[in-house]
Amino acid sequence: MTKTVTDVICPFCGTLCDDLEVVVSDDGKELHEVYNACAIGAEKFLHSQAKDRITRPRMRQEDGSWKEISYDEAIEYTARMLTEAKKPLMYGWSSTNCEAQAVGSEIGEAVGAVMDNTATVCHGTSLIAVQDIGIPSCTLGEVKNRADRILFWGCNPAHAHPRHMSRYSIFPRGFFTGKGHTGRKVIVVDPRPTDTASVADVHLQIEQGRDYELLNALRVAFKGEQLPDVVAGIPKEKIYEVAETLKSGRFAIIFFGMGVTQSLGKNHNIDEAIAVTRDLNEYTKAAIMPMRGHYNVTGSGQVWGWLFGFPYAVDLSRGFARYNPGETTSNDLLRRDEVDAVFVLGSDPGAHFPFSSVKKIYDRPSVAIDPHETPTTEVCKVHVPVAFVGVEIGGCAYRMDNVPIETRKVVEPPEGMMTDEEFLKRVLARVKEIQGV
Amino acid sequence: MAEYLIKNGFVFDPVLGIKGDKADVAIKDGKIVETTAVKSPQVIDASGKTVMAGGVDIHAHVAGPKVNVGRNFRPEDKLFGYKPKNGIERMQGGFSVPTTIRTGYNYARMGYTTVMEAAMPPLYARHTHEEMRDTPILDQGAYPVFGNNWFVLEYLKNHEIENTAAYIAWLLRATKGYAVKVVNPGGTEAWAWGLNCENVHDPVPYFDITPAQIIKGLIEANEYLGLPHSMHMHANNLGNPGNYTTTLDSFKLSEGIKPNSKFGRDQVMHHTHVQFHSYGGDSWANVESKAKEIMDYVNSHDNITIDMGQVTLDETTTMTADGPFEHHLTELNHLKWANADVELETGSGVVPYVYSPSIKVCAIQWCIGLELALLAKDPMRIFITTDHPNAGPFIRYPRVMKWLMSTEAREQQFDAFKHKDKVIEATNLAGLDRELDLYEIAQMTRAGPAKSLGLAHMYGGLAPGLEADVAVYDFNPNEPYAPDDIEKAFLNAEHLFKTGVQVIRDHNIASNGNKRTLWVNAKVNENPQVMRDVKEKFLRYYTVTLNNYEVTGHYLPNPYVIEVDATE
Amino acid sequence: MAIRVNLITGRTIQQGVSMEAGKEKPAYTTACGIIELDPADFKKLGAFRNTNVRVTSKYGSVVVKAVDATQGPHPGVAYIPMGPWANMVVNPNTYSTGMPTFKGTPVEVEVAKNEPVLGSLELVRKGCRGELA
Repeated sequence: MTKTVTDVICPFCGTLCDDLEVVVSDDGKELHEVYNACAIGAEKFLHSQAKDRITRPRMRQEDGSWKEISYDEAIEYTARMLTEAKKPLMYGWSSTNCEAQAVGSEIGEAVGAVMDNTATVCHGTSLIAVQDIGIPSCTLGEVKNRADRILFWGCNPAHAHPRHMSRYSIFPRGFFTGKGHTGRKVIVVDPRPTDTASVADVHLQIEQGRDYELLNALRVAFKGEQLPDVVAGIPKEKIYEVAETLKSGRFAIIFFGMGVTQSLGKNHNIDEAIAVTRDLNEYTKAAIMPMRGHYNVTGSGQVWGWLFGFPYAVDLSRGFARYNPGETTSNDLLRRDEVDAVFVLGSDPGAHFPFSSVKKIYDRPSVAIDPHETPTTEVCKVHVPVAFVGVEIGGCAYRMDNVPIETRKVVEPPEGMMTDEEFLKRVLARVKEIQGV
Repeated sequence: MAEYLIKNGFVFDPVLGIKGDKADVAIKDGKIVETTAVKSPQVIDASGKTVMAGGVDIHAHVAGPKVNVGRNFRPEDKLFGYKPKNGIERMQGGFSVPTTIRTGYNYARMGYTTVMEAAMPPLYARHTHEEMRDTPILDQGAYPVFGNNWFVLEYLKNHEIENTAAYIAWLLRATKGYAVKVVNPGGTEAWAWGLNCENVHDPVPYFDITPAQIIKGLIEANEYLGLPHSMHMHANNLGNPGNYTTTLDSFKLSEGIKPNSKFGRDQVMHHTHVQFHSYGGDSWANVESKAKEIMDYVNSHDNITIDMGQVTLDETTTMTADGPFEHHLTELNHLKWANADVELETGSGVVPYVYSPSIKVCAIQWCIGLELALLAKDPMRIFITTDHPNAGPFIRYPRVMKWLMSTEAREQQFDAFKHKDKVIEATNLAGLDRELDLYEIAQMTRAGPAKSLGLAHMYGGLAPGLEADVAVYDFNPNEPYAPDDIEKAFLNAEHLFKTGVQVIRDHNIASNGNKRTLWVNAKVNENPQVMRDVKEKFLRYYTVTLNNYEVTGHYLPNPYVIEVDATE
Repeated sequence: MAIRVNLITGRTIQQGVSMEAGKEKPAYTTACGIIELDPADFKKLGAFRNTNVRVTSKYGSVVVKAVDATQGPHPGVAYIPMGPWANMVVNPNTYSTGMPTFKGTPVEVEVAKNEPVLGSLELVRKGCRGELA
C-alpha cells in the first residue's frame, strides 16, 4: 500500500513550488512517484532513492582511494580543521534549510570563518546593486494577479525555473489577470533565441555583454529622447516600441538572471535594470525580481542578514563581521590563497566554480557535506553524506521573492543518516569543547 | 529559580503609585512577590539608584522582512559600530537596523524587556518569527497587518463585522500574531497600482471601499473579538504637510465605540507615531506643528492612546507597510528605495533617511514629537517611541527622555539648529516649559504601554504577581544632575531582571534570558463562509497553498499564548 | 582549423535533470560535456555534428562534444551548459565584484576527434592532480 503526501515543497530552484504530490510507501521508507514537479524537481526526489547512494562519511587516503569513516570521525576532522585554520571558508548554504544555516553561522562565528553562499557565483552582483540603488519588488502572487507586462532579461526559465512561467509569470489567471497569457505582453532579452523567447511576444536578441547599453537605451526611450540607430544590436525603433509597451502596462515586472549578473558590467548591469524599474514607476507600476537559483540561497542571505547584517561574503575572521565583495568573496579568497581550509555544505563549487578555484580547494584541508557524490566531494578530503533537505527532513526555505515556506519531510532517510542540522550541531559542540568555552 | 531582593532603590512605579520613594522589590519564581515571601534572596543594593519595571515598547520595527531588507541593503549602517563577540555575547552590528542579537542586547541595556514588532506581513510571518526567535532576552509579539487585506476589504465593504472578526481570529492563529495592525488603510492596496488613498474618504481602486469604512470596521471587529490590544493604527497621508486633518478624521472614527476587553485597556484605537501625522501647512515651505490640535483631541477622548514617533536627528532607515509613502520619500531624498508588495495582503517600502538639524523640516518634526508628549494630560495614554527605526533608532529613547525631562536639553538642541528662528515660529515647543519627571516617564514607557497592550496583568509595574521584569539604573533623582546624565544612565542599566532571570549584572550581559513569543488565540464560532473564502482565495490567488501557510512549531520555541473567547 | 567564438554558459533542463540524477553518471557528461555551436560556425569549423572538439581560452582548455545549437541561431556565440567542462575555460576574473566572468569568454574551438570527453569527477580529479593534457 502507498500513501500520498500533498502540498510538498520542491527543493530544487528558487521557484519553490509547494504543490507537489509525492507517493510513498506506507511505512514512509520508500518514495515511489512525484506529481506536479518539473523534470528536474522530480529527479531530485527520485534520486534520494538511488540504490548506490553513499550513506556513510568517507575520507580520502594517500593513494587517492576512499575509506569509510564514522560520523564521529567526520565531526572530529571537521571541528579540528575549522578550529586549527586561521581563516577557513565555509561555503555553500543554499541547498539546506535555515535551521542548518543558523547553526552553521554560529560555528562560523566561533571559528572566525568567512561565510559565503552561492550568490557569490549567482546573484551576488544583484545584491551589490541593491545596496547601491535599492529594489522595487513584490511577491510572485502580485505578478500572477496583476502583471500585464513581463520582461525576462538574461534568464531562461523554460530551462532553469521550469514551472515559473505557468505558476507565476506568463500563463496563470489571477484576480486582475483573468485572461491569463493573452492579457499579457511578454518580452525576452537574450543573446540566444531561447525556449523562453519562443513563447514571448517580443525577443530582443541582444549582442552578448551589451546589457548595460540596452538598459540605458530603454531609459532614454522612456523619456522620448534620441537614440543612435542601433544599440547593442537592436534597432532603435524596436527599443522605442518596447519602451512604449512597458510604459503602457498597468503592472510591469522584470525578471533577470545570470545573463546580466555574470556578464561584464556585473553589478552595474543590475543597477541599470533597477533604474529602469524605478523610472517605470513614474509612468505605471513596476517591479523587478532576481531569478534566484538554489531553492534556499535566498534564505541564507536572510539568516545572515539578521545575524550579521550582510547577505553573503561575510568575513567573521576578525571576531566581527566584515563585508567587502571582491575581497571577502569565495573565488577571490581562493584565487589569492587567503583561506586555509574549506568547508562546503549545500552547494557544489567543484562543478560550478572556475577550475582555478576548484584546484585551491583540492590543495587545502577540506570537507564536503552533500547527499550526492559530486565534483566537490571528489576534490575534498572528507565527504559527509547527509539526508536530503526537503525530502528526508523539513525546515524553512525562502523563495526567490523572499517568501519563507516550510519544506516537508516525505520519506525517511537511510538508516543512520544524519541531517545537516544534526551534523552541524555536533560540530559546534565539538568546536566549543576544543576551544574550551 | 534564584530569589532576589532589590533594596533601598528610589522606585518609580505607576502601578503601585510609588513616586521615587525608597522601596524594596522582591523576586521569586519569575514573579514579583511581597518582600516577606523571599527566604534567602540574593540582595542587590540599589541605594542611590533608580528602580523601575522593565520597559515595554509598543511599536518598533525590529524583526521581519522589511527590517532585514534594511539590514541587507545598507552595509554602510554597519560601518564603525560593529561589536566583536565577547563571552556569552555574540557579535553585534548595525546602528539604525541592528542585527537581532544587538536588538535584544541593546533593549536590555536600556532596561526594556518587552518589545512589539509593529508590522508583520502575514505571508512573511515565518520570517518575522525566525528573527524574533533569534532576538535574545526580550518578550515579543508581532502585529499582522490588516488594513489592505483583500478579505477585510471585501467583508467591510458590506460592513460584515462578524466575518471580519472570524477572519482576524483565523489569521492571528495562522501567523501567531498579537494584534490588529492597520497601515495606510486602502492606500497600500492602491499602491499596487502605483496609486494611494490620501484621506479617509478616498476610495480604494476596484474594491469600492473607503479608508474610513476599513478603520471603523476593524475597530468594531477588534472589539467584537475583545482582543487584548486595540486596533493599532497608522493613518492615511503620513508625512505630508497638512495631514493633521486626516489624522483627526481617523481619530473621530473611534467615537462612540467602547472597549470590550477583559484585559483592562480603555482605548479602542492606538494611533502610532503621531508625530508623522501632526503637520499643518500645505507645502514643505510652510509646514508647521499641529500638535496642539492633535493633543486637544487626544486629551479629551479617553478611548484613544498614541505613541510619539519622535525624530532623533540621526541618519536612519525608514521602513513601513505604507508603500506609497516610501516611494514619495525616495522621490524627495533620491536615496535607494526598496519596495515589496505582498499578494492579497499588504506592501512595504524601505528608504534611508537623514534627519539633519540643519534642515528646517527635520527640526520641526523634532519639535512636534516632543510637543505631543509635553502636551499630554494623561501620560498613561501617550508613549515614548521613535517608530524605530523610522524617526530614529530605539537606542535614542534615553535621549528622548532627556529632552522630555529637561528644558535645558531642549534649548541646547534649539541652539544647534541652523534655522532656529523659523523652527520656533512654526512650532509650540519653545513655549513649553514642562519637564517630565521619572514617574511620568515610567507611565510613558512601562505602565501605559502595558495597559494599552492589554498586558497590565504581566508587565509595566512592580506589583506582586507581575512578571519579574525589573531595571536598576545608576541614577539618583535626588541629587543634582546634568541633562546628559539622564541619557547616560538610562542607556546603560546597572541591573536587569527578565522574568526573574538576571540578564544584566553590573552593566554586563549576564544571560540570554528566557525569551518568549506572545500571540493571541481568539476563539470564535465556526464560520463556514469565511473558511470557504479562505480556501478559495488560496486556491485561486495565493502562490502558496493553504496547507503551507500556517506558522507552526519550532518557529516559536517558547510561546506564550493569550486565550480570548469570542464565541458568546 | 580553429574558429574563434564568444563562449557563454548557463542552465539547460538536461543539465538540471542529469545533475540531480547524479553528477558521476554518464548522462551528466552527455548533458554538459558539450558545446552548442551555430550551424554557421560549424561550417567555418569544417566539422560534423557530434565531433569532439577542444575548446581553449586564455584560462584553460577542455575537450567536449560539439553539437548543434538547440536554441539558435546565434552565430559567433557558443554555449557550454554550466558545469565543470565550461568552468575549465571561463574567465575566472571577478574584477573586484566577487563574480567570475562566466559569460563572454573568447575561446578557440578546434576539432579533436581522438580526444575523449572526460566524466565530471575524472575531469576535476585529473585537473587537480595536473594530469590533464
